[in-house]
Amino acid sequence: MEALKECCANMVVYLHPSKANKVEASVYRQLSSLLFKFNESLDGVVLTYEPKFSSNLAKILPGIHPYFGVRFEAKLLLFHPKPDMLLEGEVVKVGQQSIHIIVLGFSSAVIADEDIREDFKYKIKHGKEVFVSRSHKKHRIKVGTTLRFSVKNFDEEILHICGSLVPSNTGSIQWLETKAEESQAYSITEKRIGNKRAAELLEPANIVSYRKKLKSENHIKKSRRSKSRDS
Amino acid sequence: MMTFHRRIATQINIMGMELHAEQSDYAEMENVEISDTMLFYHVRGALKSAVEGDPDKYKQLVTVMGPDERLVPEKVALMVTCLKALSGSVSCLDIVHHQSLISSILKMSMWNYGTDVMDALMELVISLATFSGQYVDLCLEMLVSNFMPPDSFISLLNQSRGILRKGQVIDHVHKTLIFIAELVPLSPLRLERIITERMPHIFTKEPLILIYVENMLKLESGEIGDRVGRTMLLAVMDRLIDLDVDIAWDDILQEDFTKGIFDMELEDLEGPVDVGQQDGDELRISWMERYFSGNLNAQKLDSLMVLTFEHLNFCKESGRLRQVFDTLLQSFQLTVLTAYKSKFAQFVLFYACSLDPENCGRRFADTLFHKFKTSRYPEWRMSAVAYLASYLARAKFLPISFVAEYLESLLEWCSIYCSNQSGGINPKAHKEFYAACQAMMYVLCFRMRSVLAVPHIRSRISKHIEDILRHPLSPLMVCLPSIVEEFLRLAKVTRLDVPDNFVSSNLLESELSMAFGGRERLDMFFPFDPCLLMRSDRFIRPNFVYWSMVRSSYDNDEDDNEGTSDEDEIEICTAGKGMNIANDGAARSYDQDLDEFDNEMSKMSITPKVAQWFGGELRTDMQMPSRIRPCPDSL
Repeated sequence: MEALKECCANMVVYLHPSKANKVEASVYRQLSSLLFKFNESLDGVVLTYEPKFSSNLAKILPGIHPYFGVRFEAKLLLFHPKPDMLLEGEVVKVGQQSIHIIVLGFSSAVIADEDIREDFKYKIKHGKEVFVSRSHKKHRIKVGTTLRFSVKNFDEEILHICGSLVPSNTGSIQWLETKAEESQAYSITEKRIGNKRAAELLEPANIVSYRKKLKSENHIKKSRRSKSRDS
Repeated sequence: MMTFHRRIATQINIMGMELHAEQSDYAEMENVEISDTMLFYHVRGALKSAVEGDPDKYKQLVTVMGPDERLVPEKVALMVTCLKALSGSVSCLDIVHHQSLISSILKMSMWNYGTDVMDALMELVISLATFSGQYVDLCLEMLVSNFMPPDSFISLLNQSRGILRKGQVIDHVHKTLIFIAELVPLSPLRLERIITERMPHIFTKEPLILIYVENMLKLESGEIGDRVGRTMLLAVMDRLIDLDVDIAWDDILQEDFTKGIFDMELEDLEGPVDVGQQDGDELRISWMERYFSGNLNAQKLDSLMVLTFEHLNFCKESGRLRQVFDTLLQSFQLTVLTAYKSKFAQFVLFYACSLDPENCGRRFADTLFHKFKTSRYPEWRMSAVAYLASYLARAKFLPISFVAEYLESLLEWCSIYCSNQSGGINPKAHKEFYAACQAMMYVLCFRMRSVLAVPHIRSRISKHIEDILRHPLSPLMVCLPSIVEEFLRLAKVTRLDVPDNFVSSNLLESELSMAFGGRERLDMFFPFDPCLLMRSDRFIRPNFVYWSMVRSSYDNDEDDNEGTSDEDEIEICTAGKGMNIANDGAARSYDQDLDEFDNEMSKMSITPKVAQWFGGELRTDMQMPSRIRPCPDSL
């Protein structure tokens, strides 16, 4: 997913002296307080962490309570969706005015009706609400569908995403992938046909510049491929 | 539907809505049907025009949603339709331009409306909360504020209409919260923060605080209970302790250092319907009223504890008691144990243990013992062992083998402790040891006979007891004299080997006991003494060991007369204002076993010599017996 990134951060956690006999557990506890919150300095929502302690020494701070600072390197997984990124999530509610999705199990996303492309039509089928594509009847969006959508904006406070289904590469992942496989299979078939033709033409009388021939064949294949993508 | 639309049409006309050209063909107003879709577009239009700077239609919309004293059916119908239209138009809402509309909606109290408005409001709140992050907190706050009715509704709560409405509101609020949690997974985290922040303080009116806590407990056992339940329980326990510490000791009792600990137990709570007993009953009730009617916090605490007990019953039925107990135990260690002499809040743990003695009962004792052995702070250790002693003595539901096991462990600890000591009496230095010895003696006062009946236990504990009591540390001299005396007396009856050179002082406490008890007087801390909260006590009493139940069983066995006084006479005390609670000693329990005790046997025990101590005067009017004894200095 585009919005996920890994980062390495050098961190220091200051622990109370009473925690001196359970440093690792205390550090983990402190790190867990970062989870599912947007962190400005890390520029993302912390999803997972993996600290690596390089030293077992720590500096003690002067003061009434001599806290000690434990330094370590942490590998973090961050989530920060930015506009126009593509995200995937599970649809949990479909309504005439909106589609509600949950991304990665914790972030709520909503696509308002004005951000759903005209191609999709709201219907109630067998008592269930669903969006069906006008051009491809098999392209359906209902509760439980894994949906790919593009990000419009991201609320860092509540981790809420506003999404859009306007771009043509968005929609039900199942359908998009089936389509992608079909077009790939189609292009492989085209290539084979093209190769066969090239082999036929390779008789002495028919030898034209091999390169020229291939070029024209490729051109045909490409245009066919682009046609199938656009539809 | 026709009538509904006609009404709407009339109202819309009044509002000054423009009808579409197609509708103007209808000559008669009665024939006009404004569809929901039309109204939906009108509302959207009103919202958009407000953003563009034309607020007229928007202001009309705000008027519809505003509070109104007169809730005529037309107004209600309009409100419902507008709410539904707004649910479909949340994408047009702007938090800045439509601030007055949003705030008037979110100020609505479901308690003032019927279920149709509640349904529409619920739908709108869900749409708002799930549409944009900026509304989530506002919607959750609105729902939490609906936990409690407006002040004007409080008087209706006892009527059937009020009860019905309460059920409807709670149902709607909780369904909405669950729905929002399904669509916005992080909302429970924010919800628990909002709930704890908005929790009413202890001076709030009792019905309001009760309903709020009822809602919290419902959340705990509901579908999002696994996410918010723990915080809810901790917050409820904190509130119980807040109320508990606010009840002053002065409200409950008087200081009298001459009565023995065991003599002061308030026994009877509900006597048999019997002429002789009725007086006792009324006296008890009037005594409770006298001391607690003025104390609103005691009543609130009582009601909240009953609510908590009922919730625990529910958890037990649904098989969740053990998880809930985890949280209660944690709360106990954090707040109850560390509070200065909590009076009643600990009975929540007692009741939970009574529902599951095998698991929860045992875990509670384990935790207390562990706390005693390992805690950093001596006060917490002494407090923990006082809790353990009172618990083992009073918990009727604990199997005796279990009590014996803990007693043995306690004795082993004391034995090992004194084997490492060489010095003499030093109350301050060895306060944990003296606390443990006193705990051991206190438990044996209640359970001597039954513990000694456990096979082979006598031989195992006799040696320990001998070592401890005969050690130069002299716990018999330092521990509370009244407990020591009672222990020795019972030991003699059961032929346990104890020193017989002890000189009784007839005092409740001594300087040495005060010294080991310290400033907090932890030498006089018996946290599970009978609960003085009337309604809570009904839950506790079937599982509770009263002193009279124990004492009477020894009276039969005693061969020698201990004193000249008749043991059946009621204890007398020095003059003071108090209620006569003669004949009040009948230990009432809903247990069948106690029916066999007749009134004679179950009167409060006395220590005859104490009676003599008061100049030989035997008076029949009694001092109000207070079994909770504060330290005079600490008050």
